[in-house]
Amino acid sequence: MTALELDLREGWVDPELAAEFPELSLAWAPLEAAPGPSSRSVKRRLRTLADRYTGAKVIHMRQDQVPWAYRVFSRQVGIDPDTTRTPVEQVALDRLTWGGLRSRNRVDDALTIAIAETGVPVIALDGDLVGSSLGLRLAASGERLGGGRPLATGQIVVADEERAVAVVLGEIAEDAGVTPGTRRMVIAALGVKGVPRISVEEALWTCGETLLGDD
Amino acid sequence: MPEVLEQHRVLTPVTRPDERAARRTLLDQVARLETELSQLFCSTWPRKGFDWGVPSRGGPRILGMAELEELRDELAERVHHARRALSDRTWSEEQSRQLIEEMLLEPERHKWIRVANEDIGEPGCKHWHVRPRLGFIGMLAGWWRVVISSGCPLATSHP
Repeated sequence: MTALELDLREGWVDPELAAEFPELSLAWAPLEAAPGPSSRSVKRRLRTLADRYTGAKVIHMRQDQVPWAYRVFSRQVGIDPDTTRTPVEQVALDRLTWGGLRSRNRVDDALTIAIAETGVPVIALDGDLVGSSLGLRLAASGERLGGGRPLATGQIVVADEERAVAVVLGEIAEDAGVTPGTRRMVIAALGVKGVPRISVEEALWTCGETLLGDD
Repeated sequence: MPEVLEQHRVLTPVTRPDERAARRTLLDQVARLETELSQLFCSTWPRKGFDWGVPSRGGPRILGMAELEELRDELAERVHHARRALSDRTWSEEQSRQLIEEMLLEPERHKWIRVANEDIGEPGCKHWHVRPRLGFIGMLAGWWRVVISSGCPLATSHP
């Protein structure tokens, strides 16, 4: 395996959003990686990760520092985390529902591994379809998610210089997400109050390593 | 990236500067209540029948002051109800534990009584059941005993 060199960048945050949530952050990194099937080592890693989950561990997960921090953030921004699960709780719930962490493809598996390992939500975008600068801001009146559905005014979104590319802790714009034709990616991780910076960076490193790992 | 942020200046601020301290307090209260709710959720496991729902506010977005107050109040009410329900449930479970002890000491005074694991707040299908030895003969002779089940039934296929 070649040593991974990740160009970690700090996303900008709208001043109003930063005033409300002073520790809100978006770390992101461009990555020369294409989607494809998962390697055996990735599938093995998913199986190993799945073995760590037990019913009791999943129940008590919401008291762990990082998952708890995202639950609190969800509440504070008007999401019910028991209905719209935080990514790490969704991974845990899927594990209990399916009896394992199902392998789908390299990108989804890398995101699952990063989220399960660190508890930090990570998303992947098509590097050729997003701009050179990502950040967090509130959706403007009449704005759309990418070129798709309309956004509610004031929704918290991940955006590039021109448009919203994802809803925070939510969906990704169809015309910004990774497709089979993607040649370069951007991976981004959300940081909130209570989550150590090192966990956010570790999430990106874990995701990057998995995406660039040997077949 | 100031130039990026400049493009989105058309937004009217959701919060006013003088609200900041009050909003900070409300956000902290929401965080504290969410912590209490999470602790209660873990304490109640594996019991069922508790209501944890606090409706979504159509997020993610910055909530207004009134919405934050409403959210805080609903969380506080939910914590209060959950704590009370857990207290009631643990009292009832303690009664069931005492009943099991009495059943074991004097089975003939608790004929046919059945206490399940669920009644004492434990997971699994185990139950204590006062039944007569040797069926009908035991009933007539007053030979009562507590039978402890061996666990959950095996899954069976449905036609």
